[in-house]
Amino acid sequence: MSDPMQEIRASFFIECEELLEGLFDALQAMADGTADSETINVAFRAVHSIKGGAGAFALDDLVAFAHHFETAMDDLRSSRINADDALIGLFFRCGDTLSDLVRAARDETPPDPDLISPIAEELRCVIARTEASADLPTEPAVSFKPMSLDLGGLGDLEDLHNVGEQDQPVDKDAVTLPLDESRCLRIRFRPDLELYSSGNEPLFLLRALADLGPCDVALEFDAPADFDDACRPFARLSWTILVTTNVDIAAVSEIFEFVEGLCALEVSVVGQDAPVSQVPRQEVVAIQNPIKVDKALESPVDTVGVSEPIPLSPPTAKPPPPDQAGSADARPATESAPTVRVSLERIDRLVNLVGELVINQSMLSQSVLQAKLPSNSAIDTGLEEFLQLTRDIQESVMMIRAQPVKSLFQRMSRIVRETSSAVGKDVRLVTEGENTEIDKTAIERLADPLTHMIRNSVDHGLETVAGREAAGKTATGEIRLSASHRSGRVIIEISDDGAGINRERVLATAIKKGLVASDATLADGDIDQLLFLPGFSTAAEVSNLSGRGVGMDVVKSAITALGGKISITSTQGVGTNFSISLPLTLAVLDGMVIGVENETLVVPLTAIGETLTLAASDIRQLGANTSVVCVRDVFVPLLDLGFELGYRPVRANYENAIALLITQEDGRRAALVVDSIEDQRQVVIKGLQDSYGHVPGVAAATILGDGQIALILDPADLIANAKGQSRGAAMLKKAG
Amino acid sequence: MTISVLAIDDSRTMRDMITLALKGEGFELHLAEDGQHGLDVLAGISPDVIITDINMPRLDGFGFISAVREGAHCQRAPILVLTTESSPDLKARARDAGATGWIVKPFAQDKLIRALRMVSG
Repeated sequence: MSDPMQEIRASFFIECEELLEGLFDALQAMADGTADSETINVAFRAVHSIKGGAGAFALDDLVAFAHHFETAMDDLRSSRINADDALIGLFFRCGDTLSDLVRAARDETPPDPDLISPIAEELRCVIARTEASADLPTEPAVSFKPMSLDLGGLGDLEDLHNVGEQDQPVDKDAVTLPLDESRCLRIRFRPDLELYSSGNEPLFLLRALADLGPCDVALEFDAPADFDDACRPFARLSWTILVTTNVDIAAVSEIFEFVEGLCALEVSVVGQDAPVSQVPRQEVVAIQNPIKVDKALESPVDTVGVSEPIPLSPPTAKPPPPDQAGSADARPATESAPTVRVSLERIDRLVNLVGELVINQSMLSQSVLQAKLPSNSAIDTGLEEFLQLTRDIQESVMMIRAQPVKSLFQRMSRIVRETSSAVGKDVRLVTEGENTEIDKTAIERLADPLTHMIRNSVDHGLETVAGREAAGKTATGEIRLSASHRSGRVIIEISDDGAGINRERVLATAIKKGLVASDATLADGDIDQLLFLPGFSTAAEVSNLSGRGVGMDVVKSAITALGGKISITSTQGVGTNFSISLPLTLAVLDGMVIGVENETLVVPLTAIGETLTLAASDIRQLGANTSVVCVRDVFVPLLDLGFELGYRPVRANYENAIALLITQEDGRRAALVVDSIEDQRQVVIKGLQDSYGHVPGVAAATILGDGQIALILDPADLIANAKGQSRGAAMLKKAG
Repeated sequence: MTISVLAIDDSRTMRDMITLALKGEGFELHLAEDGQHGLDVLAGISPDVIITDINMPRLDGFGFISAVREGAHCQRAPILVLTTESSPDLKARARDAGATGWIVKPFAQDKLIRALRMVSG
């Protein structure tokens, strides 16, 4: 395996994504006013954990920014600042910056200081305000430094003595004695009662001292003066240790680091007049705990050399109540199920293998069928079970790749924030169905098209504040992003409550660009579809936000590449809705196996509304190459698949032919005439894109049970490119 | 002699770091993801030393330490607190709750091991 630190680093960035997700959830709850006392803690912990991990990898930019952010959040947590809209807005942007920094660190690209400095400065202002208003000696934010340096020595003692004087340079040499010389140190150590109850053990400390060099240890025992005195809880043991060593006093301090304030400690070099602790300030090693020193029992060891007793804790301080212990019960358990991290590579291998298994199973089924065994034979029953198992395995494996769309939606909320502030609109993003799961690859590849669509909605879909008020709407526009499962597919919808599509302008633009004939009369739905045409852009002026040279046609092809469909509905003055329908998995589809001119083809089952046997009375001839069929009083264009795919000339007679009624996302239909329907089964998708690029009308290929390769058709694309279709459609319009 | 350690941190990265730091150094490591989980794990073991983070969901480090010190099991076990800043205030709070000592994150491996050996004898 690779370097374990690299693995931890990689897993740290995964954890960061999860933490950021939690952070944005919490911020959103604050913005929505649904936050409770735990919400801010969640947000704080997220930033804190990112900082902690970042420190371990010396990601200084990330640590520094997270520290500012965390400090501000702590101020909010302790009610030093108020959670007003401006602050929540700032926190959102800080979250965005933090995400940027995490990604920059992950990709090992230097973060853009121009993006970070202003927001860090804003944070600093917020923090500075609280420091100015509160009279608390808060640690200045700048004093934080990653402590990857060796912590040996007096580091922590310095902290104790330099509270509020962080800038004072510390001259370590002042306490460091020459290293090459052996010397004798005298250590007087008198534990307080608290030392024993803190889990520290004098014996262990003495052992650690013994590691420094030969020791001479003397135990002293304060005999109680009388019986009452003996009953009083009081630490009566103290030790004087003479250690011959060549280490400096810092090493001794380090040993006693944890018991500072829990004991009287004095360290001196034997042969020097004064204990080291009486000379300059940084050299003070003895710390006296001023609590419970009974005057009558005060022994000489207690106070010698104490220049400035620093009480670590006020005697009255009670252990703080565990601030979250109480809320633990009130809060619904959000414990996630235990997880195992597996590399995507292994999962993909598994997915591929299962794909092969499915193919293998169908080949086996075919052989059994050809063997013409009696239908109740053991092999047949066994095969039936095998089929069921294969399907179960397949579903389980596909579930591994599925992920909730939540992370995707959260990215979109950032896009809304950024775009709305850039165009000066007030926009609220409402998300629904964030836990809907979809293939991981689909999530990744949806990011760009969704980003573009969200930008479009904010920039073009929603009116300006003035425009909204004039239309009698609330000043805040709303964009709704939802995900749901519907009949084996995932539906993602983006809707806005804006002005709706300006169809006159869309049509005018399309005519101007020569995309439609100037005298064309198109239905509203058809005009809306024009948005998806290549090279179409409605923006009066190309804004620097949504008009980045990417049109809705690119969005559409990205969705199509995922096996998805996109449709649009819009109502003037009420809003626009984009609906994306995607397959649950990208690896397998339910298909109908059909025959055309001795070719075997597969049509995705999801595209097929029903199958028809055409009756002569229902067929109308509209021209040489165009026929329509009447399906329950509605005329639907007939497309001969053999002709469309170039297998044969257009057929003259459609009587008794079999047709698949294809319903498109936008509700338009067409009937595909085929020669035969062979089977209905799951097929494993084998992409053709890498080898052949985009083939019109063909989505992919698959291997059938008999080992034969069959093309998987893309009916929508087929219909769009149909040779007789446009005329047919136009004539249909006239017909009624 | 193997030293048994219970390490409690809600950050997977930190748990991984501790695991890596103690691997092959003569420690038997038990992990928990928050204070409450830590108490649950502790109920089944008697570690020589406990390391705990402060900021955690459900039950934070202070709450965990108080619960151990007030409980009957492993009441006197040494507990080291993992803190990001070496701020005196945090240390004082940890100590008030009953902590034995502290480890400043990010920690150096030798420093962590030394501290663990020291408090566990």
